[in-house]
Amino acid sequence: MQTINADIVIVGAGGAGLRAAIAVAEADPSLHIALLSKVYPMRSHTCAAEGGAAGVVKANDSLDYHFNDTVSGGDWLTDQDAVELFVNEITQELIQLEHWGCPWSRETSGHVAVRPFGGMKIMRTWYAADKTGFHMLHTLFQTSLKYPSIKRFDEYYTTDLIVDEGACHGCTAIEMRTGEMKLFRGKAVIICSGGAGRIFPFTTNGAIKTGDGMAMAYRAGVPLKDMEFVQYHPTGLPGSGILLTEGCRGEGGYLLNKDNYRYLQDYDLGPATPKPVLKSMELGPRDRLSQAFWQESKKGRTVQGKWGDVVWLDMRHLGEKLINERLPLVRDLSISYVAADPVTDLVPVRPVVHYMMGGIHTDINGATPLDGLYAAGECACVSINGANRLGSNSLGELLVFGARAGRFAVEHAKTAKSARDELVTTQAADAEGRIKALFKRSGGKERVAHLKREMNTSLEEGCGIYRDEKSLRDTVAVVADVRARYRDVSLEDKSSVYNTDLYQTLELGAMIECAETVAQSALLRTESRGAHQRLDFVERDDVKFLKHSMAYYNPNGEPRIDYHDVVITKSQPAARVYGAAAGGQVA
Amino acid sequence: MSTRTIQLEVLRYRPEQDKEPVFQTYTVPCEEEWVVLDALNYVKDEIDRTLSFRWSCHMFVCGSCGFKIDGEPKLGCKAFLRDYDDKIRVEPLDNFPIERDLVVVIDDFVEKLQSIKPYIIPKEAKELSAGEYLQTPAQLKSFKQYSMCINCLLCYSACPQYGLTDQEFIGPAALALAHRYNMDSRDVGRSAREDVLASHEGVWECSFVGACSVVCPKDVDPAGAIQQAKFTSAVDYLTSMVGIGGK
Repeated sequence: MQTINADIVIVGAGGAGLRAAIAVAEADPSLHIALLSKVYPMRSHTCAAEGGAAGVVKANDSLDYHFNDTVSGGDWLTDQDAVELFVNEITQELIQLEHWGCPWSRETSGHVAVRPFGGMKIMRTWYAADKTGFHMLHTLFQTSLKYPSIKRFDEYYTTDLIVDEGACHGCTAIEMRTGEMKLFRGKAVIICSGGAGRIFPFTTNGAIKTGDGMAMAYRAGVPLKDMEFVQYHPTGLPGSGILLTEGCRGEGGYLLNKDNYRYLQDYDLGPATPKPVLKSMELGPRDRLSQAFWQESKKGRTVQGKWGDVVWLDMRHLGEKLINERLPLVRDLSISYVAADPVTDLVPVRPVVHYMMGGIHTDINGATPLDGLYAAGECACVSINGANRLGSNSLGELLVFGARAGRFAVEHAKTAKSARDELVTTQAADAEGRIKALFKRSGGKERVAHLKREMNTSLEEGCGIYRDEKSLRDTVAVVADVRARYRDVSLEDKSSVYNTDLYQTLELGAMIECAETVAQSALLRTESRGAHQRLDFVERDDVKFLKHSMAYYNPNGEPRIDYHDVVITKSQPAARVYGAAAGGQVA
Repeated sequence: MSTRTIQLEVLRYRPEQDKEPVFQTYTVPCEEEWVVLDALNYVKDEIDRTLSFRWSCHMFVCGSCGFKIDGEPKLGCKAFLRDYDDKIRVEPLDNFPIERDLVVVIDDFVEKLQSIKPYIIPKEAKELSAGEYLQTPAQLKSFKQYSMCINCLLCYSACPQYGLTDQEFIGPAALALAHRYNMDSRDVGRSAREDVLASHEGVWECSFVGACSVVCPKDVDPAGAIQQAKFTSAVDYLTSMVGIGGK
């Protein structure tokens, strides 16, 4: 097996991976960086983020405001040391992106413009029209080409971590063009492989968001934290699940029920003013808006559609000029996919799985409990999002914590011990052996697509916006059944070159791991907090559950769930306040 | 539940078993809202797991699913079945070697992208503490359109020059991106990029057929960018001849 010797190995080349790679290259240009991704960097799902990235920059704003919005938005399941560091560092990261050429939208003065976003008290979301993630990703990718020490391995599917004596020393990955397994040795590994939204059937997430990196770390013994917290974005297009950015509401769009009534005023989010007020109505946090949709649907006040119930997103009063200038992609997507032009028509929307608050447990430096292993971005859980992420904090998160993971990996590399060659070789051979065994398996009766569909349906039914013990137990059982039957999948495609049958099969394996941690963590959290709402335990329970769920891999059965204290520094848990009492800025 | 049945003719090429590419036809039950990518996924999930193609976002922004559909370069996620007959032909993009089925080798493009130095080359390093560069909406507008490229490579498939020159021509997307950085008020890298842009393989190779701009799913208008770049390149040349020096 070919060995590639690097100093720092990065798995995933989206926003977080690219930012980490640049941080390493700038910290020490002599270090060899291997940047692996199962897709070309510009295909990474960061490109689909639309709305923006929050960072305090205007005179009427303060770091404390951003801190408080984020902590209360996360229903106090945030680690406050991480949030404080995040709000302190994000603005300079956004300025760094500006220096690297990101085409941020501007005020007439030439300063960057900010827009309102859900759950934020003050306008602080930097944006590049409605393609912010796209521009950030391409800016990072193109900037990364400046650094000769970043060697990319595009279209490599990473399978396993190499671990010796409690430390991570690299990984194995399959070159998709040839099907060859390669060993990447490094003094530190940074996982930046994105979320796992594809465990759900109806999601804004691209096909690649299958939780591969999460599952890989999990199988190596690293806990997945707070996996029960799954964000539903309130405005997805029915059928396709395509995202319409929160910017639609930030710019002043309304959500209407079947009676053309702004129903959010019935859910402690009012009053319904014509102009947007931050932290009110359509600019409430995503968990509350998605829950309000569910309640409206139960009351029979949503509109029945072919692809499920919908409500209306009304942007008609914003006018064609503003829509073209600030929401051009939204217009394009709405016309193409649901034949509704936001300039003249109501656009049907429904909540859609968008983001995993949970992920690989890390500290504020991106370090996981496994020595030498770091993680950043959606795959990680550094706990700035708690039980509910505020829109426009994730693009910031991947910058701040991608860069930190890179810098701290460099520090780690200075003193890292090298692994025992023999053990590394054996582990790599084992990883290759597992793939070869999969190729040899024949006569399997199960189809990957069908198993995936069963798992997907069960997650949505049992682990959706509202859950209860029965629904969760059903999901746990279905996922366990899918796991058992997964062993009876055999490859139809036995070829080496770009074998997507193989990669989809491996991805399903990763998704099953992630799905189990979501369902099991949700079952055991007998309270309601943020995006985790239990119909049978409707109150938040700070006595028992002001704690992070930690899911540990158990090769013999269900994941073991442990708990870890939340870091509270200056904001004691309190009621979340939205609507008039929240005192948000008038946009 | 399906509302329509189509015949999907897909060009297959598995280098380990096929001497040359061959068409394979699949009968696919479809929903009326579907795009061609959905039909391909139906084949993958239900009929033939050996079919390979790239895709991810399904919303015209990741650039993965560029194919030739009924002879025209298109994004699979933006090719709505409602605009096609019941027989649809899907092939890999032209002008790139086929790696496998609908997957093409794009190494050449990735190298060309790197060659045009697609990053800000500032006049002098600016500290982060000094804040952002001021850039007016008008200055932003002068390059914004050319920053919208998703690297889907439909333009390379459509470009006759890229094919005729055996891929020597730098090509539409990379040249448009070079122009994007040249036009950015924060950048002074035009002379650093001029070697590539003004070379034989650069903007002068373009014969202004404009096919690139026609097929572009993001209205980047690479042909327009190349024409503008030709103009500035000519000005640079003339000013250098009279010893004034360009940007």
